[in-house]
Amino acid sequence: MAATLTLVAGSAGCTGGASDEAEQGGGAITGAITVLTNRTDLVDTALPAYAKAFEAKYPGTKVSFEGVTNYEGDVTTQLSGGDYGDVLLIPNTVTVDQLSQFFEPLGSVDALKAKFRFTDEKAYDGQVYGLSVGGVASGVVVNKRVWADAGITAPPKTPEEFLAGLRAIKAKTQATPFYTNYKDGWPLSIFNSQRAILADPAINEKFPADPAPWQPGKIEYVTDGLLYDIVHAGLSEKDPLTTNWEGSKPMLASGKVATMLLGSWAVPQMKAPDDVAFWPFPYQSGGKFHSRIEGDYKAGVARTSKNKATARAFLDWYVTDSGFARDQQAIPTAVDQPLPPALQDFRNTGVELLEIPAATTNAGKEDMIIKDSEIDLTGNIYRQKLIDIARGAAKGDKESYFAELNKRWAASQARVMK
Amino acid sequence: MKPWLYVAPALALLITFTYVPVVNMIWYSFHYWDGLSTVMEPAGWDNYVRVFTDERYWQVFRVSLYYFGASFAQIAIALYFATVLSFSTRFRNLFKGILFFPYLLNGVAVGFVFLYLFQPGGTLDTILGGHTPLWLGDPDVANFSLAGTSVWRFTGLNFVLFLGAIQSIPGEIYEAAEIDGANRWHQFRHIIAPGIRRIISLSVILAISGSLSVFEIPFIMTGGANDTRTFVIQAYDTAFQFRQIGLASAMAVVLLLIVLAVTWLQRLLLPDEEVALS
Repeated sequence: MAATLTLVAGSAGCTGGASDEAEQGGGAITGAITVLTNRTDLVDTALPAYAKAFEAKYPGTKVSFEGVTNYEGDVTTQLSGGDYGDVLLIPNTVTVDQLSQFFEPLGSVDALKAKFRFTDEKAYDGQVYGLSVGGVASGVVVNKRVWADAGITAPPKTPEEFLAGLRAIKAKTQATPFYTNYKDGWPLSIFNSQRAILADPAINEKFPADPAPWQPGKIEYVTDGLLYDIVHAGLSEKDPLTTNWEGSKPMLASGKVATMLLGSWAVPQMKAPDDVAFWPFPYQSGGKFHSRIEGDYKAGVARTSKNKATARAFLDWYVTDSGFARDQQAIPTAVDQPLPPALQDFRNTGVELLEIPAATTNAGKEDMIIKDSEIDLTGNIYRQKLIDIARGAAKGDKESYFAELNKRWAASQARVMK
Repeated sequence: MKPWLYVAPALALLITFTYVPVVNMIWYSFHYWDGLSTVMEPAGWDNYVRVFTDERYWQVFRVSLYYFGASFAQIAIALYFATVLSFSTRFRNLFKGILFFPYLLNGVAVGFVFLYLFQPGGTLDTILGGHTPLWLGDPDVANFSLAGTSVWRFTGLNFVLFLGAIQSIPGEIYEAAEIDGANRWHQFRHIIAPGIRRIISLSVILAISGSLSVFEIPFIMTGGANDTRTFVIQAYDTAFQFRQIGLASAMAVVLLLIVLAVTWLQRLLLPDEEVALS
C-alpha cells in the first residue's frame, strides 16, 4: 500500500507542470529565471557576465546561474522531483520520447534548422526541445612536435598508417604514443563520436537495425578495433588504471604524451597553441577525411517553469547573441556565424565537417538496445574491458570479444526491434 | 499504550527511511522502469530471471571472495591488537588511537590516498624498490590491493568492538587464572576467546555481508574496471548508467536475500549459547 501511495505522489510530481500550459507562448519578458549549468568552472567568473548582458538588454529580468557538479546524475534526480530551474542543459539520461514530459517544445525541426545547427539532436516527432550551446568536431589531439620528431607531419590516412606513426614515436622519442584516459573513462566514449568517417549520413538510422556492428568494415569494428590494436601493440600508457585526465593535459602539451582521441573543445584546454594540433580520425572514405560535428549539451526550457517567456528569450539570446560559443572556441549554433579559428585550420587540411542526423523512424531505439544489452557505446565500461583484453589482463582476443559483443548486442536488438 | 508512545519516534524513522524504501524497491523490481518515465511496465519475474540467468550479473560475486578472505585477516589482526592492548602496555592509548584512526577517515579520501600509493613509481614502489607489479593494473594483483585497502580501513572498527568486549571481562578472573599458573596464551584461549564469542560471531556476519556489498573503495579506485567489479558496482551501473531501475532493484533484493540466508545459516551452525565465565 505504501508503495502505491509513493508511486502516485511521484507521478503527480512529474506531471505537475501540465497545468501551466495556458501561460506558455505569450507573457512579458521580465522577472527572474534560474539557469542550471554543468560549467562549475565558469559559474562564478564568466557566466555572471552573460547574465548581466542579458539583463541590460531586457531590463527588469534577473538571471541566476546554478552550477551542478555531477550534472547528469543530480539533474536527473531533480527532473523526477519536478523542480529543475527555468533553463537547463538536457541530461542525456532523458530519452527522446520523454523530452515532452520535461521540456517545452521550441518549434519544429523544419522551421529551426534554417537558423540553427544541431536542431535534430534533441527532437522528437518533428519538435525541437533543446538548442545546442555550441558544437564540437571529433578527431585526435596530437602534439605535432613529437609526431614531427618521429618523422610524421601530415595526418595519417588509414588506421595502419596511424599505428605505424605511433610505433615510430615509441621507437624514436620518449613520449607515450597514445593515452587512453582509461581510469577517468569518459574519454573512451569519444570513440563513439567518429560515426562520420564512413561518410554515410544515414548511419544513425541504420545502426539500430544492425544486429552485429562489430564486423569488419562496420563502424564499431573500425573504431574499437583501432583502440584494441593500439593497446595490443603496447603503444598506450603503461598502467591504464592510474591515468588522470587533469594530469594528461599538461602531459600532451609538454610532449610526454603524443596523442589523445578527444574533441575540438580540448585544444584550447591544452594551452600550448604552437605544439598542439587537431587531426581527423585516421580513416578516409572516398579519398577524404570526414569529421562529425555535433552539438555539446542542448539547453531547453523547463516545462515546470513559471516564467517561460523570459526563459525562452534567454535561451535564444544565449545560443545566438551571447558569444558563449565563440568564447569557448566551439562551433556556433547559429548557421550564419563563422567557425572558430582552430576549426578553420582543421577544415583547411581537407576534412569534410559532417552533421549526422539523428535517427527518426528508429528514434530512441539505439538507446534502448544500449540499456538492455549494457554495452555502453556512449560510455566506457565495455571499452575498458576491450583494453584489458588487448593488454593481456583479461582472457580473450579481438575476435572473441567482438563476437561476444555482437552476440549480446544482437540479443537485445532482437528484443528492442521486434 | 504507553510503550508504543516511547518507541513511536524510532519506529516512525525506521518505517519512513528503511521499510518504505525496501517495499518500494521490491515493487520496482517487478517492473521495467528508467527512473524518469511516468509509466512503469509490469515485468513479472523477468528481472529476477535475468539476474540469475545472465552470468554477467552473478559472476561478480567471485570478487567478493577476495574481500571475504581479507576480512578474516582483518578479524585476526584486530583480535591480536585488542588482546595485546587490553593488558597494560606502554603508550596503549596512543596505539588505540592509531589503530582506530583509519576508520574515521572518509572512504573517498582513503580511496584517493591509496590510489597515489599504488601508482607506478608511487609511494609503495619507492619503498619496495626493484620489481613491483602494477598494483592496480595487473588483474591478478588488483583485487588483493583493493582488499588490502579495505582491511586497512576497517580493522579499527573490529578492534574497538573486540577491545570493548575484552574490557567487560571482570579483572579478578585474570588474577585467579594467574594464581592458577595460566600464561598469556592460556588466558586468551580460555578467558578472552570464550568471553567475546558473541562479538566474534557478529564480526563474521558483518564480514560476510560486508564482503558481498563492497562498493566505495573499488568504485573510487578502479571504477570496477580490470575485473574488480563488485555486485553493488554492477547494480549501481545498471541503475544509474543504464537506467534499468527495475533490474537493479531485483539485484538489490537478491543481495538482501543472500545476506539474510547466510546469516540464518551461520546462526544455525553456530547457535548463540549463553556465555558463562565464572
